[in-house]
Amino acid sequence: MANKPISEMGLPKSIANVFAARNIITAKDALSLSEFELMELLDVGFEEVMLAVAHISEITCPPYHTAMSLLEQRNQNEYLAGHLPTRLKGVDAALCGGIPFGVVTELVGPAGIGKTQFCLKLALLASLPTSYGGLGGRVIYVDVESKFSSRRMIEMGFSSFPEIFHTEGLAQEMAGRVLVLRPASLSEFTESLQQIRVSLLQHHVKLLIIDSMAALTSGEYGQGPPRHHPLGWHISFIKSLAECCRIPVVVTNQVRSQGRDEASRYIFQVQSRTDTMEDPSKFDSHLVAALGIHWAHAVSIRLVLESRSGQRLIKIAKSSISPSVGFFFNITSSGISLLSDEGVEMMGPEANTIHCQGLI
Amino acid sequence: MEVSSLPISASHRGKLISAGYSSLSSLSSVSPSKLAQDLKISENEVLEILKVVSARKWVDKIENRSHAIMNGAQTAWDILHEEESSICITTSCSDLDEILGGGIRCKEVTEIGGVPGIGKTQLGIQLAVNVQIPADYGGLGGKAIYIDTEGSFMVERASQIAEACAEDMLEYNSLLRKDSQACRVDKPPKAFMDNIFYFRICTYTEQIAVVNYLEKFINEHKDIKIVIIDSITFHFRQEFEDMALRTRLLSGMALKLMKLAKKFNLAVVLLNQVTTKYNEGSFQLTLALGDSWAHASTNRIILYWNGNERYAYIDKSPSMRSASAPYAVTSRGIRNSASNCKRVKLM
Repeated sequence: MANKPISEMGLPKSIANVFAARNIITAKDALSLSEFELMELLDVGFEEVMLAVAHISEITCPPYHTAMSLLEQRNQNEYLAGHLPTRLKGVDAALCGGIPFGVVTELVGPAGIGKTQFCLKLALLASLPTSYGGLGGRVIYVDVESKFSSRRMIEMGFSSFPEIFHTEGLAQEMAGRVLVLRPASLSEFTESLQQIRVSLLQHHVKLLIIDSMAALTSGEYGQGPPRHHPLGWHISFIKSLAECCRIPVVVTNQVRSQGRDEASRYIFQVQSRTDTMEDPSKFDSHLVAALGIHWAHAVSIRLVLESRSGQRLIKIAKSSISPSVGFFFNITSSGISLLSDEGVEMMGPEANTIHCQGLI
Repeated sequence: MEVSSLPISASHRGKLISAGYSSLSSLSSVSPSKLAQDLKISENEVLEILKVVSARKWVDKIENRSHAIMNGAQTAWDILHEEESSICITTSCSDLDEILGGGIRCKEVTEIGGVPGIGKTQLGIQLAVNVQIPADYGGLGGKAIYIDTEGSFMVERASQIAEACAEDMLEYNSLLRKDSQACRVDKPPKAFMDNIFYFRICTYTEQIAVVNYLEKFINEHKDIKIVIIDSITFHFRQEFEDMALRTRLLSGMALKLMKLAKKFNLAVVLLNQVTTKYNEGSFQLTLALGDSWAHASTNRIILYWNGNERYAYIDKSPSMRSASAPYAVTSRGIRNSASNCKRVKLM
């Protein structure tokens, strides 16, 4: 809508010609200037400029929906009102059905905790036909670190759904629905994203998994924190993909240790700064999610996987529909399975901290 | 030079000045046909110019009357009276309402910022529901506009919060109105959801367009009492190499929103993200969009973690002092934090 040319917006002929003559072609060009600047540039009176800007704004503005109509639409048109069940009862209950459509869900955790296993299971679940509880569509798996294992995925299938998988040819049909991309660099990834957008709608893709996002930038940071996040464009692009096509997007993220200069306080919280300064040893064991705070704002659901004294825990750290709750889990032949469906409540910001004790 | 400040096109202005008409009084005594001849433009264009001139002269005349009070000004007493009789939008957390002086005020722009996961969107959705509380229960009985730039609005959560609000209203009704059979205003959750107008904005151009369009929209849909933008930062944080343009666009947007708040007597709530700033030898957290944006809002609230609890801090307010209050995000929405154990107050 922002790129619709002004000539097609139904403005009166005289003013539309003036806009074109001054090389203001799209709404973006027109709205990036203030009304006074437009008045000077186009040499027309204030009233006329106001009317023209109001008209352009009205056309550019996307249509509104009432919250009720959104809810009804989702309930009617989408599988389980827009959720992909993970088959982990506790997690699904906390997330009101499963991984939601239309938003970006992040899986973050230290190496070897089970993020890729979780992704493989999700890819499997999405490719199952709808009669068996899956999404019945294709899955695009962007495998940056070459960790995708189709053997493991099929093993999970045989373990979790033995009666389905022993049917002739079903394993092949489902493995055939998972498309694996292996971009070698950030620029290749950027190109593939553009392609993905085109094929998402055409080919009934129902799930996009990116494993992992952080690996794309690990080789490309310059000195110090860059001014603009190198993945800034990708973050909004992926979000818009999720929304326009109403599919779940799952992205995995790595962890890194918290730097000494890491900001964690506001200016009015000065008094408690002294205790963090005196405990440098805490920094080394303190892990945080990679990709920074900008990425953290952009994801809607954050699932943190960590280990505490050898026990693996999956926590719902950020979600607008669920409280902070964690579940202990194990990795089995059928993927991830919860030790108990009763969650452990996570108090306060603890949900966002990542521990890595006793995993090896 | 009065003519140079008229809101007419630059070329007309230039022609007037070069033909010798530099003050408004010189234009009052000349006939339109002579003016058309002097400026070498058509009579229609001259009539347009004279219309603008007469509008300006009328305004000047009022301002020059020495015995009249200034045009457009309001006495402080009138403003105080207005403020005291205006109803605030409750946040459903009485501690938070207290430090805010009753709640989110109309005719003001309030900015709320915090780290991801602290509850900004939760607070936004809660306000979108609470603005609809009918006047009998001490609310505004208005409608809400929710402008979503990040896709963080979840309808299921809005539905949960609306149901909880309806239940609270019912409970309040049965507790305090046992004796009188006065009006039972039943508000089913569906009604709450029908009155939240949702816009999904995907680029900064659309964000500017929707702010421009709001005036017409609010004229058409009466009773809108709150506009929530969640978040104003998202589209302005990346892909802006021209920082000067960003500052111009943001300040233009801030002015328009302030004008909307005052004209239609509604509350504008802007949700903001955080970033780090190097200050006094270390990095500090601060709200995004820079120092010049910090002046744009009337009130500024920062949501932060203090130990295991969520707190809200009034960073900037013309009438309330800087204070912190704890709050909690529960399955029913924003409520008082459990450690204080107060009842939810609806009035």
